[in-house]
This record gives sequence, C-alpha cells and structure tokens, in this order.
Amino acid sequence: MTGSLRNRLLITLAVTLVALYGVIGLPTSMQDIYDHLEEKITLGLDLKGGVHLILQVQVQDALRAEADRTIRRIEEELGDLPAPLVPESISRNDPETIEEADGIMITAEGIPAERAADFRNTIEQYFPDWLPSSRTSTIWELRMRPASLALLKNDTVTQTIATVENRVNGLGLTEPTIQQHGRADAEYEVLVQLPGLSDPARVMQILSMTAQLEIQEVLDPTPYPDLDAARAAHGGALPANSEVRPHRQVGVVGALNQFYVLNAIPVITGSDLRNAMPGRNPQDQTWEARFVLSPEAGSRFGDYTGANVGNLLAVVLDNEIKSVATIQSRITDQGSISGLSGQQEAQDLGLVLRAGSLPASVEYLEERTVGASLGADSIRQGVRSSLLGLALVVIAMLLYYRKAGINAVLALLLNLLILLAVLSYFGSTLTLPGIAGIILTIGMAVDANVLIFERIREELRAGKGVVGALNAGFAKAFVTLVDTNLTTIIAAGFLFLFGRGPVQGFAVTLAIGLVANLFTSVFVSRMIFDFVLLGKKQVKELSI
Amino acid sequence: MQLLKETNIDFLGRRKYFLGLSLLLIVLGGASLLLKGGPKFGIDFKGGTLVYVKFKEAPRVEEIRAALSAKGLNVATLQPFEEGPDSHELKIDLDLTEEEVLTSGKDKIVATLRELYGGDESKMDFNNVGLETLADRVISNPKMAESALATDEITEGVRALLAFRDEAPQSGLVADFSQLTSVEGVNPDIIAALQEEAYPGAFAIRGGGYVGPKIGKELQWQAIKATLFALGGMLVYIAFRFEWIYGVAAVAAVFHDVLITVGFFSIFDREIELTVIAAFLTLVGYSMNDTIVIFDRVRENRKLTRRQPLESLLNLSVNQTLSRTILTSGLTLLAVLCLFLFGGEVLRSFSFALVIGVMIGTYSSVFIASPILLWWQGTVAASGGRARRK
Repeated sequence: MTGSLRNRLLITLAVTLVALYGVIGLPTSMQDIYDHLEEKITLGLDLKGGVHLILQVQVQDALRAEADRTIRRIEEELGDLPAPLVPESISRNDPETIEEADGIMITAEGIPAERAADFRNTIEQYFPDWLPSSRTSTIWELRMRPASLALLKNDTVTQTIATVENRVNGLGLTEPTIQQHGRADAEYEVLVQLPGLSDPARVMQILSMTAQLEIQEVLDPTPYPDLDAARAAHGGALPANSEVRPHRQVGVVGALNQFYVLNAIPVITGSDLRNAMPGRNPQDQTWEARFVLSPEAGSRFGDYTGANVGNLLAVVLDNEIKSVATIQSRITDQGSISGLSGQQEAQDLGLVLRAGSLPASVEYLEERTVGASLGADSIRQGVRSSLLGLALVVIAMLLYYRKAGINAVLALLLNLLILLAVLSYFGSTLTLPGIAGIILTIGMAVDANVLIFERIREELRAGKGVVGALNAGFAKAFVTLVDTNLTTIIAAGFLFLFGRGPVQGFAVTLAIGLVANLFTSVFVSRMIFDFVLLGKKQVKELSI
Repeated sequence: MQLLKETNIDFLGRRKYFLGLSLLLIVLGGASLLLKGGPKFGIDFKGGTLVYVKFKEAPRVEEIRAALSAKGLNVATLQPFEEGPDSHELKIDLDLTEEEVLTSGKDKIVATLRELYGGDESKMDFNNVGLETLADRVISNPKMAESALATDEITEGVRALLAFRDEAPQSGLVADFSQLTSVEGVNPDIIAALQEEAYPGAFAIRGGGYVGPKIGKELQWQAIKATLFALGGMLVYIAFRFEWIYGVAAVAAVFHDVLITVGFFSIFDREIELTVIAAFLTLVGYSMNDTIVIFDRVRENRKLTRRQPLESLLNLSVNQTLSRTILTSGLTLLAVLCLFLFGGEVLRSFSFALVIGVMIGTYSSVFIASPILLWWQGTVAASGGRARRK
C-alpha cells in the first residue's frame, strides 16, 4: 500500500468514526442509538408540534407609566422646596403606538415666571432623565433624553423577556426558546417557541396578561353606572390623585359594569407579593387566588388596614376591579382575589402573580401552531418519502454503474452521515425544509458521482487505460464540481444571511451537505477506486 | 449499462422552436397571473389567519362557508387539505381585515364550527383539549375520588389517551370513545370518568396560526432580498470563473425558470408559502448547477479547439454532457417525485415547485442559457468586431 493511499484511508476512517460517534454515540443497544438520536438531533416545531409566537412589547406603556411616576415625584419635590411651588397642573401626553413612544412629554402649567429658576433647578437636580424647556413664560415642557429613552425601552424588553420566561417555567413547559427577535427595524419583539404544547390558547392568554395587581382605597363607596356619573357626583371634577375603574359583574346576567372612585396611589402592588396560589373560599367554595405579602409590605398593610377598619378596599387587576370588600379587621400578610370564573382562572392568576407583572402590555404579531398530530404526520410522511427516494436512487445507481455504483452509494451514505453528525455536534434544529435540503444534497451528491463516472467512461471510450481514465476523469470533473458546489454554497450563504426561519434551516443543511459532498465524491470515491485497483498489476477493465 | 453512446444532436439549430415554447409557457403563466390578479400568496406573505381542521365526517363545505361569511369573516380559502376519499380535512384561510379580527379569527372559526356541528356545553371536547385542562377535569370527577388512583397516575393515563388521539391513523380525531379501550395500560376507570367529563367532538383543529400585516410585508421583502443577493453572488462567481456573459446567461436562464414556475403555481392554483421560497431557491441552485456543468465543458472544449465556431462548440458540449444531464435529472426527479407523491400535504407545494423546477432547470440550461451565449457572440460581439475593423 502506498503511503498516500494509507493516509487517505486513515483520514476517511477517522472522519467516518467521528461522524458515527456524533450520530449514535457509544451504543450498547438499539435503544441507546434511538435515545442518542432523539437527544442530539433537535426537531423543529413543524416536526414535533408546538407553538411559535412573536410578541411585540408595547414600550409606550412603560414610558407612560414612567411619566406618571415622574409627575408624582415632581409634585413632591416642588412641594418640598423652601418656598413650596404648586403648579396649576402637571400632565403628560398619551402616545398610543410604538412609533409615537419617543414623543412622551410632561407639561407643567402655571409656573410663575419668577419661580422659573426654581423649577428648572429642581428638574435638573432630581430628574436628570428629563430635559426641561419653556413653551411660554408659565408653561414648561419636559422631554425624555434620547439615552434615557433607549435605556428605559431596552429595560422594558429585557424585563418582559424575564417575566415571560418565569411564566413559561411556571407552566412547566420544557425546552422553551424565549429571546429577543432580531428584526432589522423593530427591537421590541420577542420570539417564544414552545415545543410540544397542547393548549396554545390558554398559554397565549397567560403570556399576554399584564397582571398588574393593585390594592387601592375606595374613596367613595357609591358605585356609579359610568364615568360621567362619577364625575358629576363630585362636582364635575374628580378629587386630586383619584381615578375611576370599572367593576365587571361576573356571572350575573344583564348586569352592567359598576364604576368606583379609587385613590390612584395604591396601598399594595404586585411587586409586594411574596407568593400566590389558587384556593377555595371556605364559605361558598368559589375559586380565588390567594397571595402572601412580603414582610415589609405586610407591616405597611397591617398599619393601613388597622387604621381604616370599616372602609372599602378594591382589588384591581390590569385596571379592572376584581372585587370590592370592607376591611373587617387589621390584615397583615395575606389576601385573596375573588370574583373569578373558576378553577382555571384561579390557577392562571396564581401563576402570573408569582411570575411577576409585565412592564408593558404585549401584542401578538405572529402565531403558528402545529398540533402534535400534524407534526407526527409530517415527519412520518417526510421521512418515509425521503427514504423511499433514497432507496430508488441507490438501486438505480447500482444497476447503472454496477461495481462503481457501490462506490457511489458508499460516498452518498457517508455524505448523509457527515451531514447528520454536523447537525448533532452543533445542536442544529432539523425542520421540514431542512429535510428538503437533505434531499437536494442527495441530488447533488448523485450528480457529483454521475459527473465523475460519465467522464471516466468518456476517457475509456477515447482509448485511455483504466488508470489514465480514472486520473483524467477525476481531474476534469473536479473543476466542474468545485464550480457547481461553490456556486450553490454561495447561494446557501446568502439564504442563511438574509432568510428567516425555514429558509435558514434549509440553507444550513444544504451548505453542510455540499461541503461534505466535495469531500466524499472527490476524496473518498477516488480512494475507493485506488483501493480496489491496489495490487493489480495490469488492470484491463473497470466495472463502471 | 449505458443510456446513450456518443450523440450528435443539433440542439442549438432548433433553438427558435424552444424559444417559442418558453415564450408560450411564460405567456400562459402570465395570462393566468393576470386573470387571477397576481400570484396567490399564503398567509406568510399576505398576512391573515389559517386553520387546519379535521372532521369526523365529510365536511359540509358550502354550509361552513356561508356560516363563516355570516359572521363577517373574510374567507379567502376553504378547500380540502389532504387529497383522497377518506380524508376529511379542510384548510380555512381568512384574509386580513382589521387587526382585532386577526387575533380572534381562529377563535371565531372554532366558535362557528361548534355552532354548526353542535357540542356539549357541560363537557369538554376531547378532540380539542390540552393535557393539563383535561387531566384537571378528570381528576375532579367523583369516580376518581372513589378509586384509589393517585393524581399522577390519572394524568399519565390521560396523557396516554391524548397520545393515542394524536397518533396515526386517528391523527388528532377520535370518532368514538369505544376506540379508547384499545389503548394499553390505561385504567378503565379513567376512561369511564373521561366519558362523563368529555365527548368526542365532530372536528379537531390540527394547527394553524396568524401572521400580522407587518410581518407579512417584511417576509415578502426578505424573500426577494435573499433571492436577489443569492443571484448576484452567483453572477459574480461565474463572471469571475468564466466570462461575465456566462454569468448573465446563467442568471437569465434561472430567471426564466422562476418565471415559468410562478406561472405554473398560478395555473395549478397553488399558494406561494414561505417554504415555497426555499423551493424556488433550490430550483435556482439546481438550474445554476446544470448550466455550469455545460459551460464548464464549453470552456474546456474552447481550449482544445480554438477555431471551431461557437454554435458547433456549444452543440458538442451539450452532447458530451447529455448522458450526465439525463441521468442526474432523472435521479433527482425520482427523489423529488417521491417527496411530491408521498411527502404529505405540508410539503406538497414545496415539492411541486421542485418537480417543475428540476424539469425546467434542466431544459433551460440547454435551450436558454446556451443560445444566449450564441446570440451575444452573433450580434453584440460581432458588431463590436465590425466597429473595430473600421
């Protein structure tokens, strides 16, 4: 055996073993092989079933909330000045879409001209995120600085991802993918992929629930039929720091919403919770969500309830009153949310309260569900038809090229083995288009062998000897193979860069397959020929 | 075995007929596109709501369509999903109207179907329920409290029943609870409790989703961008390895292939979905591969016989590579046909594009790309030569 051939044989063996190890591991039984395959080659959602979601974080919500908090703090700081300053009003505008978010603005009216310096100094000292400018001598506008805007929006998305993760984990879903979705012009999107999920509607509802819990003091025990009536009852304008929230009547047919006037500054918020779980009301057996407060919030709540026995408290979830109750006695660390539709809502509410609230509401831009049965059908049919195609191609090659056909089939199988091994080593996900990419790889691998063999036949017809024909055939076909494979690899590269999801999955398997193809068709196939011819002094015929 | 020995067919001499054939195919496809108002895009690209439903019995298509329209839903497609007499599957596709309708479109379809096919309000629909919800319900059944089964055992039992539902041949729909007795290892008490808590509904939602208008537009643009970049990259590579006119000829041939395939999609009323774009790009790669094999031969032959006119050089090269062309195309077509015939409905549009693409891609290498080279030399290069002689 010549040194060159031995080296090539060793390289081929090494590659084969490494690839084999990647695909089947070190098995001791058939079950091992199966388990290893299942563990290493991740199937895409289209094959195993699941839900793919794209959420858009409505960052303007977080900016509005930040502006509201800022307004309250500005009022406090101005009131704490040596000579307290009370503006006529401080309000914010109301950006409704993500595009308008950056336009968030606070307007302070009725600042006396002679106190302008005081106002400006207060803002600059305590609110460095905001940039004050005077519109008239008494009206000031505050806009958020670009860097602060970017930071706040970024934090909002990060926090949303963390909360969604908490909720998904709370649901006990395995192998979720939750990440920022990298689209070019919109950074506020989150990609959520949940394989094997059987109840998409419920999960979508849980994930999109903002779950902002607030326990607020009821300022006026009278329920009103609508907002205007509530306002009219207070002489046309609501008391300072108050807001009106609806109370939907659950389970009462034909009942209208009731509106209550609440203190806008909550006694307890969702961030004061230590734990939450579903339970049943011992009196009427209806479902409720119970919560436990953190020690600090517990003592605060104890003080408050102790001083306000007999007054009303409202439990408000996402700006809607869930229940209104009279304080019977001092409550320290526990509470419950009643007025729920049943066990499911109680469980889901417990889960989202434990996982924390979203800093902004979310909207679904895209949803794709593949039911478990559809995924199972696809993989069964996809794999079965691919294997059938492969078998037919193998038979045709063996019939047509006889012994050289064995050569081609070995090269083809090694190509597929390398492809699967690379997928498993890199933990890539195999999707339906990925399987299609494998099929194209089979096509190109067959073409490589056909090109080489036809070329060798041509050289044989031209009267060359076996060795000469082999040399010339491989050398000439090599140029063509490099050109064709490189062109397609370049195309696959662009698909990977600019494509998305399925297109990318296709590009990955195609590129891996074509690189493996160059190796198997040119290097391995040639080696097998040389190996067969080894030791035969004079070769008259080639089975091709 | 050998298909062809040395052939000597005058392919290029008949180029006018084939150009006519190509034009005819393009005109037919174009006419179909015009009549149908452009290509038929799937929801990936146009945005909208999509639901795959499997029915117990053959669905009453017209009745369903009328009921959906009465609800104000903008039905774009309502057609059988899987071919075959035993399959009772429908693909329902709503056009994009307003965003609020979009997110609730699926719920509305389900509600409409439930009204049509009836259901038991007090029970759960076994064919449209998730594991957690159903398991909770079964656990709370009084029968379970009487039995000594642990909740984990009950959950596992329900899991096995749902897995049975999702396996072929049920594929998501159990027509009758008597089928469940064949599931191994499930305590009969669980099935009894299940029968009290659930009923086998007349239809099952197998999958679907919705795509918002923004995402749809962006996907469209992304697919076009990816294709253009891929084509540009290949053109540059071929120009670098051959001459630039070879690159132009190859890209023109590929363009011709995509045009005809889009036409075929319109004629056969197939939707262009995201996976079909992957197929178009496969087609581009395949056709390019085929063209390069011939061009490679032309380049080689040119070095050997400098004096030969280009037309006979091209004919020689096409003939020399003919057995390879037929063999490779034949084998690839074989693999792709398997995918088309047995690969299932999810892959059908994808494999349709590949079947058309392999045939057109092979054809265009011989009858489009090669004549462009000839035409270039006959007109442009020749007039350049005359200009130089003056």
